[in-house]
Amino acid sequence: MTKVGIAVFPGSNCDRDVHHVLNNVVGLQADFIWHTKDRISGYDAMIVPGGFAFGDRLRAGIIAAHSPIVSEIKRMARDGTPVLGICNGFQILVESGLLPGALMMNDSLRFVCRWTKVKVQNNETPFTSEFSKRQEFDIPVAHGEGRYMVDSKLLKDLKKNNQIVLQYSNDDPNGSVSLIAAVCNEDGNVMGMMPHPERASEPIISATGKNDAITIFKSLADYLKGK
Amino acid sequence: MAILTDSELAYLEGKLQRKANEVEQDIVGAEWSEHCSYKSSKKYLRLLPTKGKRVLVGPGYDAGVIDVGDGHVLTIHIESHNHPSAVEPYGGAATGVGGVIRDIMSMGTRPIAVLDALRFAPLDKSNSKWLFKHVVRGIADYGNCIGIPTVGGEIEFDPSFEDYCLVDVASIGYGKKEEIISNRADVGDLLVLAGGSTGRDGIHGASFASRALEAENRSAVQIPDPFLEKLLLEATMEAVQQGCVKAIKDLGGGGLSCCLSETSDNLGRGFEVDIGTVHAKESGMSSAELMISESQERMLYVTDAEKIPKLKKILDKYELRYSILGKAAGHQNLIVRHNDSVVADMPSELVAHAPLADRQAKRPAYLDSIKNVRQPRQPADLGKVLLSLLSSPTIASKRWVYQQYDHEVGVRTVLKPGDADAAVLRLEDNKFAAVKLDGNSKHCYIDPYQGTLGCLSEGRRNVVCTGADPVGVVDHLQFANPEDPEVFWTFTQAINAIVDYCNFMEIPVVGGKVSFYNETAKGPIKPSPVMGTLGLIDDSAKITRSGLKKGDSIFIVGQTAPEMGGSEYYEQHHKITGGQVPVVDLKTDKKNGDAVLGLIAAGLVSCAHDCSKGGLAVALCEMAIAGNLGFKVDIKKVPNSCKRSDEVLFSESHSRYIIGTKDPEQVEKSLTDAGVVFAQIGKAVGIKAEFTKSGKPVVGLTRLKLESSFASLEKTMNH
Repeated sequence: MTKVGIAVFPGSNCDRDVHHVLNNVVGLQADFIWHTKDRISGYDAMIVPGGFAFGDRLRAGIIAAHSPIVSEIKRMARDGTPVLGICNGFQILVESGLLPGALMMNDSLRFVCRWTKVKVQNNETPFTSEFSKRQEFDIPVAHGEGRYMVDSKLLKDLKKNNQIVLQYSNDDPNGSVSLIAAVCNEDGNVMGMMPHPERASEPIISATGKNDAITIFKSLADYLKGK
Repeated sequence: MAILTDSELAYLEGKLQRKANEVEQDIVGAEWSEHCSYKSSKKYLRLLPTKGKRVLVGPGYDAGVIDVGDGHVLTIHIESHNHPSAVEPYGGAATGVGGVIRDIMSMGTRPIAVLDALRFAPLDKSNSKWLFKHVVRGIADYGNCIGIPTVGGEIEFDPSFEDYCLVDVASIGYGKKEEIISNRADVGDLLVLAGGSTGRDGIHGASFASRALEAENRSAVQIPDPFLEKLLLEATMEAVQQGCVKAIKDLGGGGLSCCLSETSDNLGRGFEVDIGTVHAKESGMSSAELMISESQERMLYVTDAEKIPKLKKILDKYELRYSILGKAAGHQNLIVRHNDSVVADMPSELVAHAPLADRQAKRPAYLDSIKNVRQPRQPADLGKVLLSLLSSPTIASKRWVYQQYDHEVGVRTVLKPGDADAAVLRLEDNKFAAVKLDGNSKHCYIDPYQGTLGCLSEGRRNVVCTGADPVGVVDHLQFANPEDPEVFWTFTQAINAIVDYCNFMEIPVVGGKVSFYNETAKGPIKPSPVMGTLGLIDDSAKITRSGLKKGDSIFIVGQTAPEMGGSEYYEQHHKITGGQVPVVDLKTDKKNGDAVLGLIAAGLVSCAHDCSKGGLAVALCEMAIAGNLGFKVDIKKVPNSCKRSDEVLFSESHSRYIIGTKDPEQVEKSLTDAGVVFAQIGKAVGIKAEFTKSGKPVVGLTRLKLESSFASLEKTMNH
């Protein structure tokens, strides 16, 4: 039986939501792992959920990036384990150096919580393999610092290496470079995304009634099954 | 600062049969403040109907507890943070959220939603825009960080809030019935203070809130730390789950003074504490400062020697600081030591129960002067009036506000802000809660009794429109100085209204709060009771939104009367304050609501919305905007006793619902059988909002125009 670990930091607040969706909706076994854990074994994928780890003090994600569990996540990532960071989790992965770029304050200078649409640009990652290329789907964002920034050289590299996984479809909530909503590392096994797939995986709580975002987790389940 | 009145001090010393020392006076002064003691209101609050078949714990504890079946409970509480928010809007509003969340945690339940009801002066008045902006940001930053969704509320603008604001925050909790904190203590049990360090912030906060706002007293405002509260929340939930606490009490107004005396009194056990053990922000704090500091994010746990290792382990996991203050004792006193000396020793019951004040009530003279107003002339262009009402900040879209709130965290938010009349939260796969806050200071000023009935009626309509059965209300009663008999009379009228409404509807009052002294040098606020209504939905198929659906036949349930007093139309457009406010007929109110619930249960309703601020015309436009559709409605068909078109369009008569349906014959039959006043008035069609009268055009506006006006608040705030 494959197992997914959910990293929990003081201040994580989407951990329970991801846990619910994986266990009760997708049917993947997922467990919480507290941030002080310095040896992780028996987990086939890791998810770093959203929230305000360490209260976003100093800078979103920076303190968590130096915690024992992130050292472990780095090791697992090197070994090819799929790692997904959502919202604050994306910020943590960026701060830990697992993903390129930076996440800045939204161009509105305000927190924004609303539904938007994203388009799949890379459907060859463990989290997007079940999407068709350029497929659009509905998903909400909720963040104050979600404006993805890279310089023009790095942007070129990202494009060349097919590291831009999701882009906002015209309806840009935060001012990200090239409408980037999700990126992956060069190997494709580590992905960070600002929108919240766990909030769009069940029709009952979807603003549009559609739950195509669940394909993020279903792709992962499929990937782990085939491993 | 003299806090106790001379007669209160005499009463205290008479009971003690000795002089009260300064620390004792400070402790009692905090606890006997209006804010903590309810000394003006308590006699009246006892009149409220608080019992019901679902009510497990009524008002009195930190939050009311409602049995929702299958071993689960909902908890609900409402608080305000008006004075602090008026001087320091960010911190005041944020700590208001923190306080009400801790009340929910204290019952052993996890907070699953926050709602807020906000009142400001019009945005072009003095510092109103600044207050509005920072209050919203304070609520957003606190709720977002702690991960509790802010799912709904309401906002009203009125000149009576100039240089001031009302910030009411309600929270809902959900938990297991068996984990509800039993609140008991045995002799020798340990008192553990956990969380934030105690400092000199928020000194005299409760007393500050118990007087008119005279000067900026920033040191009385507490400092928010949502991250710390999040740790406290998770630690409390783990402690409850592992059964290692016997009682919990949060620290709010009055700090340790109120927390210790009330808990000791409630549990029927004396407390012996040493405040030298309190983990403090700074050294050298006096005994009185330690006792009345309102530093935030603090909780008191009662546990025993057997359970404390487990509790310590949990607190250590979250790196929370804590102090073991002392023990529960066999006597009935609160004995406070500071290191070696006893600084206070008084019966807890005496401290926890202020002598009640006798307030005089007298019908205010102003009521007569605004009873009759000259009818304004009907404007030639009613379309223009409609657009101006849609752009009035009280009515306009609150998107600028709710998009700053994370309203989705927790994966429970089924109906989100803007979707419907109330927020709907998923409790289980087929169980949902609907919740809404409603206030109307304009109606309540002109007629506090009918105005308050109206708030309750609106709350009931709001949850009914989502398909929910109303099961409980919370009240937040906000007035100016209760020592002014004319102010106090308006308070008693509000109480009478709640008693009458809730008795008739058989909806219990499960919690509440009273806030007096809401006034500044500019004068008193208008009477501003805010009612929170909670409903339950037992089937996801019943969940109903407000947006029109293509091809809907549109019905109105209820009678429209020329009750224009306090309406947005009179106040905003004609600048008239006065006249006859809408009157609630309890029987009709119940019948209409039940009829709509019946239609929803029968699967006949595709959308529903109540008529409230701005009347029928605004309600239909809101449904059109939410549904991305137009409509054609003949106002001649609207059941009414009005003489003029503007009255039919903009009257705010209560007990009215607008519904859309795909099966007009069946709806007609059901409503006829229910014996309610109703009519089929039009259709959802096209891209325009069209009102006609016997075929002749009255108003014709494109939806684009409606949307542009409706977005005016967002434009003002982004500017």
